[in-house]
Parts: sequence; C-alpha cells; structure tokens
Amino acid sequence: MLTLNMDSPPGEDTVLRASPEGRAVVSEDQTFSQLTVWLLAVRDHRDREAFGDMFDFLAPRLKGFVIRCGARPALAEEIVQDVMLTIWRKAALFDPHKAQASAWIYQIARNRHIDIIRKERRPVPDELAEDPGTEPDASQVLALEQETLHLKQAIARLQPDQREMIEKAYIGDLTHQEISARTGLPLGTVKSRIRLGLGRLRKELKGLR
Amino acid sequence: MPAITHHIPDPMIAAYAAGSLPHAFSLVVASHLSLCRDCRAALGAHQAVGGALLEEAAAVAMSQDAKSNLMAQLDEPAAPEPVYDASGIYPGPVMQSLKGRPPRWKTLGMGVRQNILFEDDLGSARLLYIPGGQAVPDHSHNGLELTLVLQGSFSDETGRFGVGDVEIGDETLEHTPVADAGDPCICLAATDAPLRFKAFMPRLLQPLFRI
Repeated sequence: MLTLNMDSPPGEDTVLRASPEGRAVVSEDQTFSQLTVWLLAVRDHRDREAFGDMFDFLAPRLKGFVIRCGARPALAEEIVQDVMLTIWRKAALFDPHKAQASAWIYQIARNRHIDIIRKERRPVPDELAEDPGTEPDASQVLALEQETLHLKQAIARLQPDQREMIEKAYIGDLTHQEISARTGLPLGTVKSRIRLGLGRLRKELKGLR
Repeated sequence: MPAITHHIPDPMIAAYAAGSLPHAFSLVVASHLSLCRDCRAALGAHQAVGGALLEEAAAVAMSQDAKSNLMAQLDEPAAPEPVYDASGIYPGPVMQSLKGRPPRWKTLGMGVRQNILFEDDLGSARLLYIPGGQAVPDHSHNGLELTLVLQGSFSDETGRFGVGDVEIGDETLEHTPVADAGDPCICLAATDAPLRFKAFMPRLLQPLFRI
C-alpha cells in the first residue's frame, strides 16, 4: 500500500480541487485520482471490487476511445476486454512515481489494439533504471497527479478544432498525412493546428504551475 | 546511460505513443527510448496527453454480460508471453526482432554486413555492421531513414553519432557516413523506401541485395 508521508503539508498551490466530474479524491494528506486509487488497490490487494468499479468507469470510455481509433464496435469490445485483463495482470508494473494512471492505461490500450490488429508484436522500450541517487518520493506522485488535472483542464479549454486535431493525433491510428486526407485540410494546416494546440496546452500548463 | 546528443524529434515520439508509426520506425524509436532518458520523459508527457484524452473520451456502453465475463476470467492463467531482455549492445526491442538469437550477418561487400530484421509494405529495418574507418557508400534517400548507433560511432557531413544517437535522413540529406576508427560500428537502421546507393552498386542490383 502506498502511503504519503510528506515532510511538509502541501502548500496552497498543491491542493487539488475535485474535478468538475468529482473524480479526484481529496483527503487530509493525499490526493490521488480515483483511477490511481483503484489501480493501487488492484496492484497491492488484488481488489476485485476496486477492479469492478474501475471497469464501470473505464470500459465504456475505452470503448468509445477504441471506436474513435477506427475499430468496429464488436472488435472494440474485444479490445476493451483484453485491455482490462492486461491491466489486471500487469498492475504490478504500475508505478505512480513514473506515470499517471491514465497515461499508463492509454499506452496499454494503444499497444493491445495494435498487437491485436497486426501480426508482429509492437516494440516496447526496456525499463530504464532510476537515475542514481533518486529516491521515489510522495511529492513526485502528487506532482504527476496534479499535472494530469491541469492537462485535462487545459484540454477542456482548447478551441474545438484544435481539440479535434489533438484527439486525432493521440487517439487515431493516423499519420498527419491521413488526418489531412480525412479532414480535407492541407497538411500545413493540420500540422500547424496540432502545433498550436500543443503549444497552447504547454502554455496553459506553465501558467498553472 | 550513453551521452546522447541526437534525439528522436518530439512529433515522432507522439506518433510512437499513439501507435501511428510504421513498425520499422517503431522499432528504432523503442530502441532509442530504451537508451535515452530525455526522450523517455517526452514519451511520458505524450502518454499523459493520451491518458487525459482517454479519460475524457465519450463513453459507449459495453454489452450487458461484458463485466461478468471479464470478472470470470481474472483467475485464468495468462498465456506465457516470450520476454526478450536487452542483451549486450542490443536493446530489448532489437532482441525481440531477433527472437532472442544473435544476429546472422550477411556480407554486402567491403566488410559491410547486414541482418534484415523486418520488412513490410511500409518500411524495413536492419542491423548494419560497418568496420572501423570504413565508409558507408555515398547515398541519398527516397523517403525517411532513421539510424540508431548501437556500438562504435560514425561521422558524416552533419556531425558525429555515438551510441544511442539517431540520425534522421530524408530526401534532402546526401551524406557519406564513415565509421570512426576503432570498434566496428553497429547500427539499427529503418527506412520507408529503398535506399538509393550512388556508388556502391548499380541500382539494378539493389532489389537483389535488398538495400
């Protein structure tokens, strides 16, 4: 079980408010997203109830996500089941110091989708050893959690056309060329919109830090 | 960790995270990400954006028995999956391509050898072995080429590339890479088009050698 024993309480700027959907969990000294709480319960206690709750929240979103990636509904459901089972089996590899829960799940979802469609297994990078002298500490987890919230807020503030471009770059199995063909926009515009969107995201993040 | 000065461009890391890259390029990117903390951090950032979008994705209802089916599978043992760890100079993704075996080199002449790892309609990836001091024949590119150094180093008109460095070549790059004196230079190279060698061998022979 991961506990947060911070030497000093988080300052005002590190206090997280619940997201509008109420998905952030705020307690006295720790702030984990609900997804992280579930994932840690599955990782540390093989908690089926937490896994079931996570399924209720995650599976329909994963399905919507995978359909946007171009899968037919039947295949999408198969991929979702596969992703959920992978999450259950690989939960031991989840480390909130290294990745946000949603980021970790995103990569599993993309990897499994591609592995199911293609014959060749997708190349994934080796685990990197920690930098010598870096101790995992709770503030790192908090910082990552915070960044995720900020990121979601920044995405919510994007112009609709920018958001759509960003979504296509991260959701779709599409190259910029294909995005261009699909939207009928010249490649330069697609790229500049993605750049604009990403630049705006980065700026929003900076402003929030 | 090697001191890396030539990295993967950020949009390519995003495309890797999203799974939009052809397999041959994914292999080079995943190999570089196995060696480079900076690019690994960039990957983490792109995964975070992807994760945030996933959480915000419009929900589509699962079929009624999906959850009970899944919960019933939790105790089933997972099918064993071969795991390929890094070995010597070869990162895990390369070992996976080699199916855990050492490379089987084929001579290309002038001491240069290759081992084709992967080939499909979208591109190909190979290991290249270039003796120290040997020039890789002057060539330009039809498409995009990524070259990751795994051992030794090479230099060309654009700079010096050591272990972990990636050179990115496209139509505009015409260069003569030379392996630096010393150990043979071993690279992982991926391209989305056949290379055009100018001096090495007649173009007609290229399909034969699959260069």
